[in-house]
Amino acid sequence: MEPLDEELTQAEIELPADPMIVNMGPAHPAMHGTVRTVVELTGEVIVKADVQVGYLHRGFEKMCERGTWTQVYPYVDRCNYISPMLNNVGFSLACEKMLGIEVPERCQWYRMALGELARMSDHLTCDGAMAMELGAFTPFLWMIKAREMIWDIMEEESGARLTHSFGRVGGMAAPPTDGFKETARATVDQILKVLEEVERLLLGNRIFLDRLEGIGIVSPEDAISLGWTGPCLRASGVPYDIRKAHPYMRYGDVEFDVPVGSTGDCFDRFMVRIDEMKQCARIITQCLERMADSGPVNVDDPRVMLPPKEDVYNTIEGTIRHFKIVMEGLKIPAGEVYSYTEAGNGELGFYLVSDGSGTPYRVRIRPPCFLVTSGLERVITGQMVADVVPCFGSLNMIGGECDR
Amino acid sequence: MAKALVALLKQSFPSAVLETHSQHGDDTVVVDPGQWHELAAFLKSSPAADMSMLMDLTAVDFPDRDPRFEVVAHFYSLSKGHRLRMKARVGDPAGTHVHIPSICDLWASANWMEREAWDLFGVVFDGHPDLRRILLYPEFEGHPLRKDYDAHKIQPLVEYRDVPSIDKIAPFRSDEGMSFGRQTHDNVPSADAPDPEIFPDSAN
Repeated sequence: MEPLDEELTQAEIELPADPMIVNMGPAHPAMHGTVRTVVELTGEVIVKADVQVGYLHRGFEKMCERGTWTQVYPYVDRCNYISPMLNNVGFSLACEKMLGIEVPERCQWYRMALGELARMSDHLTCDGAMAMELGAFTPFLWMIKAREMIWDIMEEESGARLTHSFGRVGGMAAPPTDGFKETARATVDQILKVLEEVERLLLGNRIFLDRLEGIGIVSPEDAISLGWTGPCLRASGVPYDIRKAHPYMRYGDVEFDVPVGSTGDCFDRFMVRIDEMKQCARIITQCLERMADSGPVNVDDPRVMLPPKEDVYNTIEGTIRHFKIVMEGLKIPAGEVYSYTEAGNGELGFYLVSDGSGTPYRVRIRPPCFLVTSGLERVITGQMVADVVPCFGSLNMIGGECDR
Repeated sequence: MAKALVALLKQSFPSAVLETHSQHGDDTVVVDPGQWHELAAFLKSSPAADMSMLMDLTAVDFPDRDPRFEVVAHFYSLSKGHRLRMKARVGDPAGTHVHIPSICDLWASANWMEREAWDLFGVVFDGHPDLRRILLYPEFEGHPLRKDYDAHKIQPLVEYRDVPSIDKIAPFRSDEGMSFGRQTHDNVPSADAPDPEIFPDSAN
């Protein structure tokens, strides 16, 4: 049989040399999150990329200006919906900084323990999704199962699995439950076992390593200039962790290490998250040890805390105080503050402007994801089109937080 | 914390630093918007400041003031561990001429944050290489985080984008598609009424 292309000249057989524009997203089967990436390809190599975000923009910052300070909590919940507890605590700390109050020690340990659990769930999701997108479905299921265990604790504590709205200015919505320490300890042990299994399964896998090692390298200078924080910055070798650099709550009193990567490739970003989860486990164990079993959780400050229910029903002062805080909202003195905490993806900043009323004048949420995603263009340019998937996965872009 | 830095700025740029204050431990300098870029470049290059990161850049709208907007930047130094907030007041009360130099060439992180401030506040960053909307779509009218943007405002339904290379028809006719895009506040029924030729039963 004669070859089919016998009469074609070589020029006709070759693929067109013009760059091809490929649109990935906003809902692409191989990517998670709603982000659109328009890439210009020469062969399989990306020569130009335009990352377009905003598909999940819900105008939270505008909405925050229309309620009371306490009514901001549901919005910060829905920013990073993988680790809402960290956002809750971050916003509480910002308001408390403006009010000049510090919550009781028991509450600080409680917030830290819950926050570190939330960080674990964040990293589990990121690493699990990354593995899944590269074809390793089993570790994804294991990690999501582990995440579900964390969310069970959250549900037990706050009543909601995902969007807790559990933080309050001056404390938490409820004290720790009786079984909290026991379940948290058991869960942390189980998660560490899951991590061990995941490492055994993935880190000896040639395909998995080849897809990650040396892909999407970001130099420390680039990462700093791009405003990267959190695991992505640390993977590039910059040991900046707010919990160590500027300890807030009781992070100065606990022992933990800051895992740092060396090359800043996708594999480092994956491993930094794995190692960080082990440090989270260490912090949680110490928090549970040092958290008192009884004692106040909320600050004793009539400006911000609702009075006890029996006072509300039996005394006129209690009724008035309750009414004022619910209807007018707690008052935060006029001024401005920038408060920052280490969230799952890096520095979560709140720039608050208050005019002294019960309604925020401006709530600026500095989303770590937004700046990390802004670096995606630089990360994928020059890579193959198949590398977009691990690169994007390793940045852990959370649409809700990026777009607000 | 960064008190020495504030003094250094005052000394180096006596005419540019308009006022300084410190609240809740955050040191702030309010500067002349004309020298925004010079001051930022100084903060980045001066060894005493060494502001390696631009952490945050945003704007705040004060409609009663003249200049109306405050552009707020937060810097952080990885080596020194100190922070500084730098603000500049820009814009006329109508909000039509709001200009400030871009600092995109100094920190890559400024790129998207300046685009966001343009998108939500309408602050124009002169010299920005790619000042497009980022969170909202190109056809969006207005800048939603301005205080005079009504939170209940409804945007007009966007026409199908005309792309000459692909031959496609518009997705909706004027009386089809998502009705919420056409709702008004004063209950004008005509815009949402179904076409009687297509839905003869609905004319009652």
